[in-house]
Amino acid sequence: MTEHAIVVRRLSKRFGHTEVLHDIDLDIKQGEATCVIGPSGSGKSTLLRCLAFLEEANAGTIDVYGKPLGFSEDAAGRRARLDPASIRAVRSQIGMVFQQFNLWPHMTALGNVSEALKTVRGVPRAEAEERAMIQLRKIGLEDRAGHYPAQLSGGQQQRVAIARALALEPKIMLFDEATASLDPELTGEVLNVMRALAADGMTMVIVTHEIGFAASIGRRIVFLDKGRVLLAGTAQEVFGKPRNPRIDQFLDTYLDRGAAMLI
Amino acid sequence: MRRTQNGLGPRMRFDFALVASRLPEILQALGLTLMIWIVSLAAAALLGFLVAVGRRFGPRGLDHLLGAYVELFRGTPFLIQLFLLYFGGPYLGLSLDAIPAGVVGLSIYGAAYFSEIFRTGFEAVPRGHVEAGECVGLSRAQIVRRILLPEMTMLILPATVNMAIILLKETAVMSVITVPELTSTISAIGSEYYAFVESYSLLALCYWGLVELCGWLGRLAEARLSRYRFATS
Repeated sequence: MTEHAIVVRRLSKRFGHTEVLHDIDLDIKQGEATCVIGPSGSGKSTLLRCLAFLEEANAGTIDVYGKPLGFSEDAAGRRARLDPASIRAVRSQIGMVFQQFNLWPHMTALGNVSEALKTVRGVPRAEAEERAMIQLRKIGLEDRAGHYPAQLSGGQQQRVAIARALALEPKIMLFDEATASLDPELTGEVLNVMRALAADGMTMVIVTHEIGFAASIGRRIVFLDKGRVLLAGTAQEVFGKPRNPRIDQFLDTYLDRGAAMLI
Repeated sequence: MRRTQNGLGPRMRFDFALVASRLPEILQALGLTLMIWIVSLAAAALLGFLVAVGRRFGPRGLDHLLGAYVELFRGTPFLIQLFLLYFGGPYLGLSLDAIPAGVVGLSIYGAAYFSEIFRTGFEAVPRGHVEAGECVGLSRAQIVRRILLPEMTMLILPATVNMAIILLKETAVMSVITVPELTSTISAIGSEYYAFVESYSLLALCYWGLVELCGWLGRLAEARLSRYRFATS
């Protein structure tokens, strides 16, 4: 039996009166890449941000390797916020990659990747930098170690951001539209790094607009619509025929957009 | 040179030989002005930073309280604040000598402005940079120290230099509570010889020189910091 890395139950999130996520149930299997797709405003990014504990859900639970993230809930639905140490411990198993890279501009690539090793994990500077260097080598940016983010291309910045997350050896990696703010010709290098990670058996949750990439990398596809899981299954089950009409409609607009780009 | 007669006393005869004869006194006043300025500037910046951190990370009640302090001290002239502190303080059991009163008053006055400089600095750092820090497990204090402060230093440097200059010039106000700083000393020499124009010109030159020095230091700091000047995303 495959162990579940993340188990989400009845997760709901409101911003004011707008319910962004509604009763989400989701199982993320250990060692699998799960792609979350869906139209804009369907709650994909909010779901991912809840998994990273950057947003606090209003109801429901998230268990990471059997341990609750942020809140515990008893049978009667009473929620209690967990203590910061336990939140930190659960969070430390999760790495996050953002659409806007969010590298720290005053640190070099090496500084960005080694920062948390030094300040959070207390690894001595020389060792932290050595370990950061190994990560930079993996993503092919060893020769850019001394560069500041402004001196790197978007694709390189995103790869450094991935290395920064990987340096802490997380068990789960979250990607929030990691290629959405890149020029089309730069997305490839980032997607390749993600493919290599998936091939290594990293547990990944990937929010993406790259449907082709999702279909090829995602062992599991989750289609979100209006804050609910409309459909979850293999790429074949989600994209194969007969197809759910809502997904047909989504793919149509996607193809329309693709066609519009060609004209 | 034609000398004017002002009819109130002896002819104006303020000249630089005279300045030279009172030079030790003037230099001492200059030293005191510098000391008051640097101590107040450091205290104001530190206090302002704490106020900004309290407002950003503290409970809402603290934010309101500190907000009221900022409004009050930005909303009233330093001269009046200083009078109230120096002459009104004793009624509240707070008796300060002139120099400490001046330093305390200027620090509290400057901190109100500095807190706003730091607040805008905090807000100028993209939220995502802080979230990235949270995601790798940095504590709140580490986020302030390792991300917010260094990132915003470049952004707030010009405003900080401005504030330093304003505080330097506000030290002149302390002459009204008998602090023997530059303004009080030189204007006293001026009155002694009825040489107001000369003395105040000299005074203006002194402040201007210090301000230029301050601006030069600011540019030096800016050049050093811009080694990692970033094109913000």
